[in-house]
Amino acid sequence: MGTQDIIDRCERIYRDLDFGYVHEWKARTGGKAVGFMPVYVPRELIHAAGILPVGIMGGGDDVEIIRGDAYFQSYICHIPRSTVELGLAGKLDVLDGMLFPAICDVIRNLSGMWQMMFAHKYVRYLDFPQTFNDAGREFYRAEMAELLVDLEALSGIQATPERLNASIALYNANRRALAELYDLRSAEPQRVPTSELYLLLRAGNVLEVSEHTAMLQQYLAAARLSQRPLRDNVRVVATGLFCEQPPLSMVRAMENSGCYIVDDDWVLGARYQLHDTATGANPLGAIVDAYMSDTVATATRYVEGDDKGAFLVEQVRSRNAEGVIFAAASFCDPALLDRPMGQKALADAGIPYTAFTYSENTGQVQVIKEQAGTFADSIKLWGAVA
Amino acid sequence: MNAEVQKEESMVLQKKMIGEHFETLSKSAENGRKVVYTFVPGNLNELILAFDLLPVHPEVNALQSGMRKLSGDYIQEAEKQGHSEDVCTYVKCDIGMLKKGNIGPTGEKLPPPDLLLLSYTGCFTFMKWFELLKQEYGCPVVMLQVPYQAEGKITASQREFVARQLRDVVVPALEEVSGKKLDEDRLKELLASSARAEDDLVYVWESAKHKPSPIDAYFGGVYYIGPIFTAFRGLPSCEAYYRELRREVDFRIAHGMGPTTPEGELRQQKYRIVVEGPPNWTSFRDFWKIFHDEGVVMVASTYTKVGGLYEQGFRHDPARPFETLAEYCLGCYTNRNLPARVDIIAKYVEEYEADGILFNSIKSCNSFSAGQLMMLRELEKRTGKAGAFIESDLVDPRYFSAANIKNRLESYFQMLEAKRQAA
Ligand code: SF4
Ligand code: SF4
Repeated sequence: MGTQDIIDRCERIYRDLDFGYVHEWKARTGGKAVGFMPVYVPRELIHAAGILPVGIMGGGDDVEIIRGDAYFQSYICHIPRSTVELGLAGKLDVLDGMLFPAICDVIRNLSGMWQMMFAHKYVRYLDFPQTFNDAGREFYRAEMAELLVDLEALSGIQATPERLNASIALYNANRRALAELYDLRSAEPQRVPTSELYLLLRAGNVLEVSEHTAMLQQYLAAARLSQRPLRDNVRVVATGLFCEQPPLSMVRAMENSGCYIVDDDWVLGARYQLHDTATGANPLGAIVDAYMSDTVATATRYVEGDDKGAFLVEQVRSRNAEGVIFAAASFCDPALLDRPMGQKALADAGIPYTAFTYSENTGQVQVIKEQAGTFADSIKLWGAVA
Repeated sequence: MNAEVQKEESMVLQKKMIGEHFETLSKSAENGRKVVYTFVPGNLNELILAFDLLPVHPEVNALQSGMRKLSGDYIQEAEKQGHSEDVCTYVKCDIGMLKKGNIGPTGEKLPPPDLLLLSYTGCFTFMKWFELLKQEYGCPVVMLQVPYQAEGKITASQREFVARQLRDVVVPALEEVSGKKLDEDRLKELLASSARAEDDLVYVWESAKHKPSPIDAYFGGVYYIGPIFTAFRGLPSCEAYYRELRREVDFRIAHGMGPTTPEGELRQQKYRIVVEGPPNWTSFRDFWKIFHDEGVVMVASTYTKVGGLYEQGFRHDPARPFETLAEYCLGCYTNRNLPARVDIIAKYVEEYEADGILFNSIKSCNSFSAGQLMMLRELEKRTGKAGAFIESDLVDPRYFSAANIKNRLESYFQMLEAKRQAA
């Protein structure tokens, strides 16, 4: 299969707000499915209880907001509005439960709304530690153990250590395949257009993990053989896009603006961890350990010590990038409050950046394309002068 | 003694307490006193005082800047420095104030923090706020994470998590900055004093069940929470303030009097309203006047519970110092899930025999605002009372549209009248 066939399938999955794949998977396996909001949940636990984890990232620009507007005030990001819209339209009925990870007050409050709107469904707010010490570890372990009990009750399948280890191994393989994809894009960006990488990531929100890993491997094999010319683009890191996603048209506009995006933080949950989770006698403990000490730095996670922004600078350096695009959803407090700190770290390191906001249903992609293009031109010019 | 003198006394007391506190702060360097910045909701005032440290609450500075019409400039200053127009304006107001010299509400310069105590309760923005301040001040930060009451109750694991952080992390950090060991007896004394003041505050809140109500539980209420939610809880001056306040309330009950407002006593009380959400500070007096002019009294509010829902029975308990502090942090209003918040408001409507429910949705504050429209609809269904929904901001004057708000409220009051006529 060539890259185009794979990407066409991914785009169909991305556009399918009826979650046809989830319906089909449930019919085929008799299993349950549980949705989760950005950024991160330990999908291994869900999978080990025999449940399909389904990443929900709002409605993008394909969903017309009819009922969702009656639920939210004017000044708020868009993802809760479209998620409520999907819920009220029955599109999420296929899910047997929803998880709301602790990333911001919007998702937090959405968990309570869900409790009221879908009282008959399983709804859980997942509290994550922001304090990375023994007390935090203990608390998180207890949270995860409780979640596991709930999931087992939902599916009727015991997540035994064997099952947990097997799920961990599958997600490790998936993370490795994604890392390979990111490395290939960085090394030879012409072979992996960002919009394709993005669609592959989005497919991973829905597909069962081993199917997704196989898809990534097929794509990698095909992409390595692809013949696309290397353009004289500037290499940039895109950051701030961890929750509400830009529309696909904006992703395409960004990559057609003269930039190669060589690292980013969209669909971050799939790449939240840096390394493998250990398998062995204490799989739950290994999942907890991975969360506590082996993850990316993102705005929704507290950074202790003095190295705020260091992760971003390192990302730029390790990817040999020339600049950073801060893109954030409008009214996204975590991303927008984080931004000045990231910018300071970049300024100190002499790395240029530009910044804009978007909404998942933004139609203004031309403006964004122009801004990214001007940024790319200025880097080229600056590079030529230097 | 007439009513005005009675009213005056608690206000005079509070003004004096605040004046002295800021004076002490301005002299902290000379006197070798160390300063801790921390947030209002679920704050650890007794613990801070037990170490003889001086607390500063950035939200209070921001709201004071709003009332003194300085916040607009501060916010623009922060935006000039690269902060987004979209984010919480308390943060920007604070950062703008810092950039313009850090002059506090009484006109004196605020000392920089020796420690940022990030008690992370009920709002995610607090975390970003102190990450930002850490860069500005370069001082240590200690994080106290307080889990969310997502199921509407405090679990044993949550209580233990908070208590353990207090013992393992927060106390050592306070010991380090103060150079003192924790004196548990002193802490217990402070906690016992807090509980006595809390008793009196609950009495004051519940007085609004009287008709006419002797208090305005929102516009007046924001003054009533001043001492207990900030630097004074645990101190004899705080107890004295609430004793006095209670005396004044008793006086007004005995004489069938309403609350004193900037426009005079509100005697003719036409409608009784329960309010959800913080007030707007930049046009606070104008906002209050709209209600006063229509004979509206606020009989209960949720904003005045951001530092604790004492009427549900919580009191600081000197017998279990760490557990009680943990429960206090866990219990504040914005740390409750939305169904619990709906329950609280519904109960207020019933117990305070309210005619309606007002939501002031704050642009800045997702912690309060996200989901409020749904809460309002639930409440209308459950209580049968009409609700009003307006939008403004805490301290950004650009988001207070007086004409718009007035129009909305006027039609709301007309609706309440029509409902009353029909009944
Ligand atoms: S876009 Fe930002 S503010 Fe909105 S739900 Fe996501 S993290 Fe929260
Ligand atoms: S978001 Fe709300 S609770 Fe949080 S700091 Fe801002 S005003 Fe306060």
